[in-house]
Amino acid sequence: MSFLNVENITIQFGGLRAVDNVSFHVDQGEIVSLIGPNGAGKTTVFNMLTGVYQLTDGAISFLDERIDGKTPQEIVTRGISRTFQNLRLFPKMRVIENVLVGTHINTKYNFFQSLFRTPAFRREESDKTVKAIEILNSIGLDKYINSYAESLPYGEQRKVEIARAMATDAKLLLLDEPAAGMNPAESVELLRFIRHLKEIGYTVLLIEHDMNVVMNISDRIYVLDHGKLIADGLPEEIANNEQVIHAYLGEERKKNAEN
Amino acid sequence: MKKNIGSIKKNGFLYVFEHFIDAYKPAFILLVAVIAIAFPFTPLASRSNQRIVTMILLYAMLGMGLNVLTGYTGLVSLGHAGFYGIGAYCCALLTTKLGWSFWPALLVGGCFTALVGFLLGLPTLRLSGTYLSIVTLGFCEIVQMILKQWESVTNGNYGIRNIPKPELFGFEFKLQNGGFYFIILVLVTLTALACMAIKKSKSGRAFLAIKDDELAATMMGIKTSRYKILSFVISAFITGVAGGFYSVINNGYIEPTNFVFNISVLIISVVVVGGLGTIRGMFFGAALLQLFPQVFRFLNEWRFVIYGVLLVVMMQFRPQGALGWQSTLPYKLSRRTRATLKEHGIEPTDAIVVEEKGAQA
Repeated sequence: MSFLNVENITIQFGGLRAVDNVSFHVDQGEIVSLIGPNGAGKTTVFNMLTGVYQLTDGAISFLDERIDGKTPQEIVTRGISRTFQNLRLFPKMRVIENVLVGTHINTKYNFFQSLFRTPAFRREESDKTVKAIEILNSIGLDKYINSYAESLPYGEQRKVEIARAMATDAKLLLLDEPAAGMNPAESVELLRFIRHLKEIGYTVLLIEHDMNVVMNISDRIYVLDHGKLIADGLPEEIANNEQVIHAYLGEERKKNAEN
Repeated sequence: MKKNIGSIKKNGFLYVFEHFIDAYKPAFILLVAVIAIAFPFTPLASRSNQRIVTMILLYAMLGMGLNVLTGYTGLVSLGHAGFYGIGAYCCALLTTKLGWSFWPALLVGGCFTALVGFLLGLPTLRLSGTYLSIVTLGFCEIVQMILKQWESVTNGNYGIRNIPKPELFGFEFKLQNGGFYFIILVLVTLTALACMAIKKSKSGRAFLAIKDDELAATMMGIKTSRYKILSFVISAFITGVAGGFYSVINNGYIEPTNFVFNISVLIISVVVVGGLGTIRGMFFGAALLQLFPQVFRFLNEWRFVIYGVLLVVMMQFRPQGALGWQSTLPYKLSRRTRATLKEHGIEPTDAIVVEEKGAQA
C-alpha cells in the first residue's frame, strides 16, 4: 500500500511552470525532506498537496485514494495537515484555542447541541480540551496554554503551529521550514521533537533550509531546483551529489574546484 | 518595537479587577440580578428612565447581534438597520393583519429575518472587507425602499399603526408597569447566554479563526463559507427579534424612517465603542450611546457627526473598543476536563505567560 504517492505533478502560472513533472513518494513512518534553493517550488508543492492550488497535470494519491482536485477541507479530513512558512496562527486566540481549532474536523456536535450545552456537547468539548492540553504538553508548551498566540516568542509560535496540525489527527504532517527563525539551541530541540513525532507514529514531509536539521533527521531527501526534481536519495548521497552542489552553490564553485 | 495592544501586566489594574470579580462571581451575578429585577419597583423608575433603560438594553441586544458577525467573524455589516426593520415589520404585520399573538410573531419575525440573513450571506462568499460592507449598505437601502414602496403590505410612508401590546395570561405588558423592561431584560439575557455558549464552542472558534486568518482556518478543515453564512443567520435572527420587540414599544407605531441607515451606524457604533467581540462591551456601548443624546440634548442635530468623530478616534487610539481588553483570566476548564487531566497525571497551569514582543524573531 502506498502512503503518499505523487506522480508527475505540474502546475503552470501563466508562462511559468513553477512545478514541472515532479514525482516522489513517502512511505508510512518516514521523515522525508524536500530541499532546494529559494524559489525552487517547494512551498508550491505543499500548496498542491493540500489543495490550495489545483494541479495542471499529474496525480496525487494518499492511502490509495486520489486527493488531487479535492478541497483543502477534504484533504485535511483524510489526514494531511500542514504548517506554514510564514506563521499563520490565529494571533488573537489563546494557544489552547488555536489547538482546539485543529480538533474542529473531529469535534462531533452540532450547533444546537452547543447552544443548549447538552451533555454530549460537554463530553466532546472536554475530551478535545484534554487532547489539546496533552498535545501541548508533549511539545513542551504547557506553560503557554492560557497565553494569547501573538504574545509568544517566534520559535514557540512555530511549535504551536505544529501542535495545531497534530490536533487534526493527521497521519502525515507537512512542515514548512519549522526551524526558520530559531536559534541553534531551539533547532536542536526541534530536531528531537520531530524524531519524537516519528516515534509516536507520524509521517513527516519536511521543507527545511537548515542543513544541520535536514541531514540529521531525514530518512530520504528530494531536491528541487527551478520546479524540477534534480536528485533524490539518502542524506549522504545528496550531500555529495554534483547537481545538488551545483544548484546550491552555482557554477563558480565548480570552476574554482577545477582550477 | 511593536506596541503590544492589550498586553497583560501581572498585578496591573485589569488583572486585579478581573480576578476579584472572578473570585466573587456568584455574588456579583446575584447582585446584578437583584438590581435588574428590582429596578422597575424603585423610585428611580420614572416613565422616562424606564424608557431609556429599555432602549439601552434593546441596543445592547442589537449590538450583540451585529457582534456575532463583526466581532466574531470579522465581517463588517452596514445593513443591520435592514434586518432590524424586517424583524419589526414582520412581527407588526403578523399581529395587526393576521391577529397573531405577540410571542409567536416575535419568533417567526426572527426566523424570517434569519432567512433573509442567509440570502444576504450568500454573496459574502465572494466578497470581503469593504466590498461586503458596500453590499450590506445597499441591502439597507433596498429594505428601506421596499418598506416605502410596497404600500399594499407595508402601508408605505404611513407605517403600521395600532400594533397591539404583548399579553401573557391576561397581563398586558406596558411601559408603565415595567412590562417592556422585563421583556427586553429576558431577551437580552438569553441573547448574552447564547452568545457566550456559541463563543465557547467549535462554531465560535471557527468564527474567530476566520476573522484572524481565513486561509489558515481553511487548512484546518473549517468550511469557511458555511460558517460565514451561519454567523449571518445568527446575527440576523438576533437583530430581527430585537426589531420585533421594537415594534411594540414605539407607541404601537412603526414607519420606514425608524430603520434608516443612521440606525445601522448607531448599532455599529455600539459594537466598536463597546469592544468588538465582547459581551460586556455591548452593554457599555449601548449605555454610552443612549445616554449621550440625553445628556447633550442641545447637540441633537450634531449627534451623528460626533458619533463619526468618536468612531475615527476609537479606531485610531483604541481599536479594540473601550472594554475590549483581552481577558487576563486563565482559559476556563470544566470540572470534567480537570478531573480527566488529573487521571492522566497532568496539572494544567493557570498562569498566562506573556513574553516581550520582538525579543526574538
